[in-house]
Amino acid sequence: MTVRKNQAALTAEEKRAFTNALLELKRTGSYDRFVTTHNGFIMGDTDSGDRVGHRSPSFLPWHRRFLLEFEAALQKVDPKVSLPYWDWTVDRTSRSSLWAADFLGGTGRARDGQVMDGPFAYATGKFNVNVRVDGRAYLRRALGEGVAELPTKAEVESVLAMPVYDMAPWNSSSNGFRNHLEGWRGANLHNRVHVWVGGQMATGVSPNDPVFWMHHAYIDKLWAEWQARNPKSTYLPAAGTANVVDLHDTMRPWNDVTPADMLDHRKFYTFDTEPVPAAASQR
Amino acid sequence: MKKITRRQALGTAAGALTAAGATAAVIKVSGSSSPGADPKGAAAASSPGPIPTGTIDEVYEGRRIQIGFGGGEHQGGHHSPGLPTVRIDGNELHVMRNADGSWVSVVNHYQTFPDPVAVVRAAVRDLQGAALAPFGPTGSTS
Repeated sequence: MTVRKNQAALTAEEKRAFTNALLELKRTGSYDRFVTTHNGFIMGDTDSGDRVGHRSPSFLPWHRRFLLEFEAALQKVDPKVSLPYWDWTVDRTSRSSLWAADFLGGTGRARDGQVMDGPFAYATGKFNVNVRVDGRAYLRRALGEGVAELPTKAEVESVLAMPVYDMAPWNSSSNGFRNHLEGWRGANLHNRVHVWVGGQMATGVSPNDPVFWMHHAYIDKLWAEWQARNPKSTYLPAAGTANVVDLHDTMRPWNDVTPADMLDHRKFYTFDTEPVPAAASQR
Repeated sequence: MKKITRRQALGTAAGALTAAGATAAVIKVSGSSSPGADPKGAAAASSPGPIPTGTIDEVYEGRRIQIGFGGGEHQGGHHSPGLPTVRIDGNELHVMRNADGSWVSVVNHYQTFPDPVAVVRAAVRDLQGAALAPFGPTGSTS
């Protein structure tokens, strides 16, 4: 069984295995297909039309499935690898070991935002940005420049305390847990982290930065935390909602998986620290 | 050519203009209607105002910005009906309007802006001179 660990706890060997697997997916072209898929949904998901990957209830199960597919691709390269998560409430500065040269590399240089160290720097020749919205082929970051502060633990707690999963109109203007976690409303958790990292992470082609997977692995863990704390709450809407993926509707692009299939992460992986249920009978 | 402020052009909140920061931009507005109906600006939380009509053509930080509010007409772009066609140096920028009336683009997707001028100027700043790539990035299958 796959165990997803906090990135801060990885050994040097685990970091090396993870980054090597990423570089191998990049070399084969597999990596870029994930970037393309993500940007297609970013541009296609709209508040007033069909929406699956973002700004909708299926934001969470869609990304859970997307990460599972990516993790499976990594494990075909190296079966020992699993997706680490980045708890940005704790590791919240550009001096975190996450951004060291032996892991993801640091922020971009002032002149053009180019990441100059680590395994994903352009100069290595191994991580060109191919799926892009502009002409620049180098990985860029501007840690802490687009927004000064990452979300705090208290802000996360306030969102985890929201008992209703999602609410009509099921989009970026919704009240409820999903939209506050996604960040279009309220304290702004997920969206703000993308902006804090900057560079490609702030764009529709955000999976070009490997930190995308660790950010979303933590968002995914927060969904599991929310489930544990709100055992009587479940995915909404249940059925019959136009333009929106109901509990038992299939999700594009896979068309064979529903939000209901994604509710229990323990079918696929566990976390190094599993959320503790608030009551004995979770779901 | 008549010089007017962005506020007059779009009826947006003054804060957006301060954030955009440019005073040297030349703006040309044509078209029939005068979109100034929503003094609170498009970033107001509920009831978004109407999408403006007309065109905006300005130079911002050395880049030509063109915004065509076609009122639903397709101007050769790939975007959703009803949205303006936005170009930077002739290349189209994918923009999207949020339910609360704020805007995002594919260059700044996780941050909202009060109006199309603000979102395209943010893209110009982020691009640092780079040219936009065509829609449907390299290798796109979706």
